Amino acid sequence: MVTRFLARHRYTVQRIGFAVITLTAIFTVLPIIGTIIYIFVKGISAISVEFLTGFPSNGMREGGIYPAIVGTFYLTIGTAIFSVPLGIAAAVYLSEYASNNKWTRLIRLAIVNLAGIPSVVYGLFGLGLFVLFLQFGTSILAAALTLSIMTLPVVISTAEEALRAVPQPFRTVSISLGATRWQTIRRIVLKEALPGILTGVILGLERAAGETAPILFTGAAFFLPQLPQSPFDATMALPYHLFVISTQVPEMPIQIQYGTALVLLVFVLTMNIIATVIRSRARAKRQW
Amino acid sequence: MVDKITIENLSLQYADGTESLRDVSMGIRQNAVTVLFGPAGGGKSTLLRCLNRLNDLTEIKASQGRILIDGENILDLKTDVIALRRKVGMVFARPVTLPMSIRENLTYALELAGIKRKSKLDEAVERSLKLAAIWDEVKDRLDEPAIALSGGQQQRVCLARVIALQPEIILLDEPTSGLDPISTGKVEAALQELKKEYTIILVPHSVQQAARAADYAAFFLTGELIEYSEGKEMFTAPKQKKTEDYIMGRFG
Repeated sequence: MVTRFLARHRYTVQRIGFAVITLTAIFTVLPIIGTIIYIFVKGISAISVEFLTGFPSNGMREGGIYPAIVGTFYLTIGTAIFSVPLGIAAAVYLSEYASNNKWTRLIRLAIVNLAGIPSVVYGLFGLGLFVLFLQFGTSILAAALTLSIMTLPVVISTAEEALRAVPQPFRTVSISLGATRWQTIRRIVLKEALPGILTGVILGLERAAGETAPILFTGAAFFLPQLPQSPFDATMALPYHLFVISTQVPEMPIQIQYGTALVLLVFVLTMNIIATVIRSRARAKRQW
Repeated sequence: MVDKITIENLSLQYADGTESLRDVSMGIRQNAVTVLFGPAGGGKSTLLRCLNRLNDLTEIKASQGRILIDGENILDLKTDVIALRRKVGMVFARPVTLPMSIRENLTYALELAGIKRKSKLDEAVERSLKLAAIWDEVKDRLDEPAIALSGGQQQRVCLARVIALQPEIILLDEPTSGLDPISTGKVEAALQELKKEYTIILVPHSVQQAARAADYAAFFLTGELIEYSEGKEMFTAPKQKKTEDYIMGRFG
């Protein structure tokens, strides 16, 4: 009965099916666009030169968020310094050198699992290892290292994917011409995979820039009257500042919260757009 | 004429258990085109890849025997494989130009070999593109991406890239399998020119090509060298029944 009905109306059934799929696609995009518009509308009134370049005053209820912007910038750079070389090196090892054995399967399993660990756990781990055991104190260094560990799985897996996408015959040809493995990797494989690697790096850093939990115990300060002077100083940071002014300060003017959120959002979105531009440019130029 | 290469009792099994070469012994003449032909899976490509040790990239279970080039066993662990690969160049079945300009495709290996002077590089580019019969077609676009060329042109650039290193031996693994008859003709003509300076080993993509190109021909079947003789003799009066059957197209 049912099958005959479906068969007779198969074009209608197909149309309904497509409509449902299209709707679900729209529903996944709507919240993102909604969030962006909402934050933008609510926060734009707080944005001013003073807000972007001034220090907070009157218990954060007035003034700017300059130290938090600078802090997030420092943390992102610091994270890049540790996670990018380490991540790319690991990806090169996995993609170009390691054979598929128990050991590499274990490494891959670890990477996948690292990606699934809640960020607050990284924060606690960073507190134990970097802040206390290695005695870096609550500092940019400790926070950046913690964020690096969190970012590594993203960098490694996207970089490995980008390396694997480089056609195998390039390697064979290069080797057959008397190049060593490393020369082949450096002059051809890495060069071709670079845009893909960069995209992964930026997406990883973007996550790091927006995280609160990993820096909570390792490097973030509630309020600092001056900018950090060395990697061993603590720092204010945008996500943590947002958390602070949203929950810890009574009678907080609402537009400062949304203004801070907007700045963070723009920071992260800008990185995202850069990644997209790099990727599409490289795709257009790619010779394979 | 002298033997440039002597292969002695070469056997090879891949890691998955397939036996690729079984007790192959043959001498390969200098300044001649030696053709290795036979049905797929006969071990021809494996043999080629032994000659420049490209099989090092593949997982091999076991290999026995020796390959002497100018009297030296290149299968020895102490062999400098980088130097070997510069001496024994290879052209593959699919034309694979590296993702760079035509000029850079040719200078890539030269620069790795330590040649930096621009005049020397330019000279090598022109000389090898001419020998590969592609110079007239690309001389005005040397700095354009090599990928923009047609398949036939790319394959000749690949041949030029090997010549640029001034090797002594050139291995060609079905170099014209994807090419149109005109490009194929150009490559074949280039080989006849090149053999004056180089020792050439060709795995042809058809029996007809084998017959056209061969000074010497070796017939391989399931890893064994069935028959080896001068090309003329092989394709007019083969001694073995199997060889004859294959040449006549009764199997394969």
